[in-house]
Amino acid sequence: MKGKRHPKLYGVMAQFDNPSALVAAARQTYEAGYRQINGYSPFPIEELSEAIGFRRTALPLIVLIGGIIGGLGGFFMQYWMEVIDYPINVGGKPFNSWPAFIPITFECTVLVAAFSAVLGMLALNKLPQPYHPVFNAPNFALATRDSFFLVIESKDPKFDHDEAVRFLRTLEPREVNDVEL
Amino acid sequence: MDEKRDDLHSSIHATHPVVGTELTFGSVTDKISAIVLKRKTPIGWFIGFAVSFALFQLMMLAIVKLVFVGIGEWGVNIPVGWGMDILNFVWWIGIGHAGTLISAILLLLRQKWRTSINRFAEAMTLFAVAQAGMYPIMHLGRPWLAYWLFPYPNTMGIWPQFRSPLMWDVFAVSTYATVSALFWFVGLIPDFATLRDRANSKPFRMIYGMLAMGWRGSARHWHRYEMAYLLLAGLATPLVLSVHTIVSFDFAVGIIPGWHATIFPPYFVAGAIYAGFAMVLLLTIPLRKIYGLESFITMRHMNNMAKVMLATGLIVFYGYMIEAFFGWYSGNQYERFMIWNRMHGPYGHYYWALIFCNGFTPQLLWFKKIRANLLWLWLISVVVSIGMWLERFVIVVTSLHRDFLPSSWGMYKPSQWDWAMYIGTIGFFFALLFLFIRFLPMISIFEMRTILPEAEVEE
Repeated sequence: MKGKRHPKLYGVMAQFDNPSALVAAARQTYEAGYRQINGYSPFPIEELSEAIGFRRTALPLIVLIGGIIGGLGGFFMQYWMEVIDYPINVGGKPFNSWPAFIPITFECTVLVAAFSAVLGMLALNKLPQPYHPVFNAPNFALATRDSFFLVIESKDPKFDHDEAVRFLRTLEPREVNDVEL
Repeated sequence: MDEKRDDLHSSIHATHPVVGTELTFGSVTDKISAIVLKRKTPIGWFIGFAVSFALFQLMMLAIVKLVFVGIGEWGVNIPVGWGMDILNFVWWIGIGHAGTLISAILLLLRQKWRTSINRFAEAMTLFAVAQAGMYPIMHLGRPWLAYWLFPYPNTMGIWPQFRSPLMWDVFAVSTYATVSALFWFVGLIPDFATLRDRANSKPFRMIYGMLAMGWRGSARHWHRYEMAYLLLAGLATPLVLSVHTIVSFDFAVGIIPGWHATIFPPYFVAGAIYAGFAMVLLLTIPLRKIYGLESFITMRHMNNMAKVMLATGLIVFYGYMIEAFFGWYSGNQYERFMIWNRMHGPYGHYYWALIFCNGFTPQLLWFKKIRANLLWLWLISVVVSIGMWLERFVIVVTSLHRDFLPSSWGMYKPSQWDWAMYIGTIGFFFALLFLFIRFLPMISIFEMRTILPEAEVEE
């Protein structure tokens, strides 16, 4: 078995013409026992991430934590400045005039949560990433136009090059290609 | 009954589809990216950009003059200490709000028709907020010290006054600008990848490639991307409402008759959406014609936008009536005088022009024929934009110019530099829009693909 492994191979890639074919192929590949698989499409396909067995993301939690930090940070920033560090009597209002601090607390909540959403998404996706092996695959430029791709990665424990190619051919793709590292 | 309704619904969809039926993944991609990459730039683009860039120079001139002379060059003085600067600030930021409404609120409401106009509307938001932000900074008199507005540790050892609505404004507007820019950029990432893969020349490929950050359309990436986009929409929705609410607090928290009214926050938010949709119509009607985008931005879009304008226009008009009612019902002589003065005082003709623009004109949108006529829609949008400017003029100036003491009454007249600054920001706004149209896809390509019939996954 070891001799058959291709250390220089990222995986094998099948190309499909429409989203339905890709989703069906991804389901069958997953059912066949492959786990390190990924789909590539020109637009988000809800069913596809399910089909490759990817369901959960930590992003909502990251955004929630970001929002809480932003909210508490925004409020206590004002509290510390107006009550502790330099209290000034403004029109006889209490130093901790918390209702007046709410608008800025809200804005800080949204600001930090929004940054968490964007930076969290990029970090989890490991972007920016200028180089990736799939860009070597023929026709892959069409992944941002009208073509749909399915990859079985070589790090899959079940991966065997010839077997994977044979399996992908049974899914009636337009083409099957090797993806070099 | 339900079946009948469905029939009616599908017939409306058949006659006014959200997207042209002849489009495919490939043709959508090619048509939109060609505007940026392949098509010859129309001569009108050069003329439009040249004119708006020239007007932008007028703004620069006005700012240079301001820095040398100070805000004495403007028409503001006691008793009208807030003039064109604040009213243009509110006008611009209101225009921006339609972009966020289209991109965030309509996304949460699953309104598919938003897809072909959201990118453009978001760009409009960003550029309008940029104009808006300039006014308060210039009004500081010493704009180079604008960073004093932020709470940073300083040698003076003091902090900003957080109980003031003007301070809330700083946070609201800067957060709004930042989140709008983030939202816009995130939406652009997959389209940058499309442009990277389509570009013919190396510099373009490199620039779009860097902006795309290695986006490759992976299913795992899309999953997180969609989540991030949805969460951003969820955050932007209360944000946009809060921003114009806080802008209205700049007035409503004060004790001046004509400003001190509880109706202000909802009425300002509705006015912002109303003005913003007018600006979107004003811009997209000529644009879709020039670039042949009729199959992307269809009559369905025009019809829907006109309806939103009508609905928000009615709320705004209700606001005017309630303001007058409050004035009368308060029994307070200053409130009553303010309303009387607004209608019959020296600025009365502004008030009646406002009622014509925002009370009477939008009523035309009740008629289907007018909503289907682009020339009418465009003209109504122009009138509405003027009307919303008049609204802010009436609120700011007529409330201030005759206050409690007749001895301190006065009149306000914008100076030529006020006008130079205003016309200049319009030029700057359009110059940015022209650059956007030329170098970025003005319609979200990947979102257009998702609403095509062939994007449906058949199990």
